[in-house]
Amino acid sequence: MADNVTTAVLEEWVRTFATQVAENRDHLTELDAAIGDADHGSNMDRGMKAAVAALDETPPATAGALFTKVGMTLVSTVGGASGPLFGTFFLRMGTSFGDSDAVTPQDFATALRAGLGGVVARGKAEPGDKTMYDALAPAVDALDAALAEQSPLGAGLKAARDAAAAGRDATTPMLARKGRASYLGERSVGHQDPGATTVALLLEAATESSF
Amino acid sequence: MKKLINDPADVVVEALLGIEAAHPDLQVDHHNKIIYRADGPKKDKVGIISGGGSGHEPLHGGFVGLGMLDAACAGEVFTSPVPDQMLAATKLVDGGAGVLHVVKNYTGDVMNFEMAAELAAAETGARVVSVVTDDDVAVQDSTWTAGRRGVGVTVLLEKIAGAAAEQGRTLDQVAEVARTVNANGRSMGVALTSCTVPSAGKPTFDLGENEMELGVGIHGEPGRKRLPLAPAKEIASLLVEPILADLPFNKGDSVLAFVNGLGGTPLIELYVLYNEVNKILGAHGIDIARSLVGSYITSLDMAGSSVTLLKVDDELLSLWDAPVKTPALRWGI
Repeated sequence: MADNVTTAVLEEWVRTFATQVAENRDHLTELDAAIGDADHGSNMDRGMKAAVAALDETPPATAGALFTKVGMTLVSTVGGASGPLFGTFFLRMGTSFGDSDAVTPQDFATALRAGLGGVVARGKAEPGDKTMYDALAPAVDALDAALAEQSPLGAGLKAARDAAAAGRDATTPMLARKGRASYLGERSVGHQDPGATTVALLLEAATESSF
Repeated sequence: MKKLINDPADVVVEALLGIEAAHPDLQVDHHNKIIYRADGPKKDKVGIISGGGSGHEPLHGGFVGLGMLDAACAGEVFTSPVPDQMLAATKLVDGGAGVLHVVKNYTGDVMNFEMAAELAAAETGARVVSVVTDDDVAVQDSTWTAGRRGVGVTVLLEKIAGAAAEQGRTLDQVAEVARTVNANGRSMGVALTSCTVPSAGKPTFDLGENEMELGVGIHGEPGRKRLPLAPAKEIASLLVEPILADLPFNKGDSVLAFVNGLGGTPLIELYVLYNEVNKILGAHGIDIARSLVGSYITSLDMAGSSVTLLKVDDELLSLWDAPVKTPALRWGI
């Protein structure tokens, strides 16, 4: 029987992600300048800093409370499209955990898939639209596949990280069909999607946490 | 970057302080960055709110007042406001007859307003109807993009829907008028220079001294194509002909012709352009019933212009002519 995931580890993941976003802030903004409006890095950094501050103020007792707090904070502070999308992602994860204080690896994978479902519901993205979906969906699939083969959560997250990175890289040749980048048409080809890049950081942060 | 500011980080906040100081008819919720009517909410009048990224002034805050908007939410420069702001604005203006959200069709704006409407329904039970503007004919493959952008028609819609609400019409009736305006209006813009976002400090894109970007959006998004700079008469034709073909506008139609400056183009040039637009419409047998010339939906300091044509009937004209008292549009009072 695999060990449960503690709220402390989940919080470590969120905080590591915030650090990753801060370190990559300018890189994310440059990617966005090429095909969007040059604010993805600064918006996400503002949001994750606010999320960390909210966690400092009121340490959440459960996984559900943790992700609901992060999601609400992102929705309230990020703006643009990233706020509702990343906010909804974390909110749906929070709803998936509910009041439970015993999170199994399968619960975690289920929550991640619920988060993906939120992104799809909010953004209506489809595979190949050159969005965060193209990194997130393969990561969720990879984690599910690993857990189905009885891999430990840590190994599953490494597989998810690799899938997210591959998904991120695959956005470069894609033609954008959603968001502001879509107005570029052919001119969006050859640029890596900033949202997919942030998703890759999220999974990278998971492998650097003590799952 | 040469800008008349203090600190790039304070531009939105300090502009709101200036608006509040300059216009006693308006109040500002600085925490939520909302400009709203000091005399609201009006009982049984439909409330109308809008909002969007800052940098398009006077849109939207400059259109708050009698006969137009009840409140406007200001986002960061070129970044949609967040749902908390629209939710707070919805509560501020709800006089019991429901609230219309006027949303420009940009991915971020649409999603944030959508979340705000869900929150408003859950928290207050307020009835909210959203109308999305998407009048920019420069976006051609709307099936494969985020769809046409909301531009010049937004100004006309806010005026006309505002008049309908002031007459005491119901939320559904006001929304219907708003949708009619969006359905009958089309726009196209051209940039002669880029804009410079204060926090970025440098131009969003490079445009050569002898180049122009046709079909540009209001955030420095690229347009249909880059062309050599041309005389106003050719630019007018490049803007007006695609608009006429799109709706389409036909001989005998009456229109409201709106020549808009994008922020860095002087009024004298807008009138030069209007003269050309007038000639083209005349040649097509289209009657200009009303006109609006000036910088009403801008893109910071971008030089350039957009043309919006709205097909009008007596009903829309009477709503357009109704009294309005806002910082940026004021007549009949």
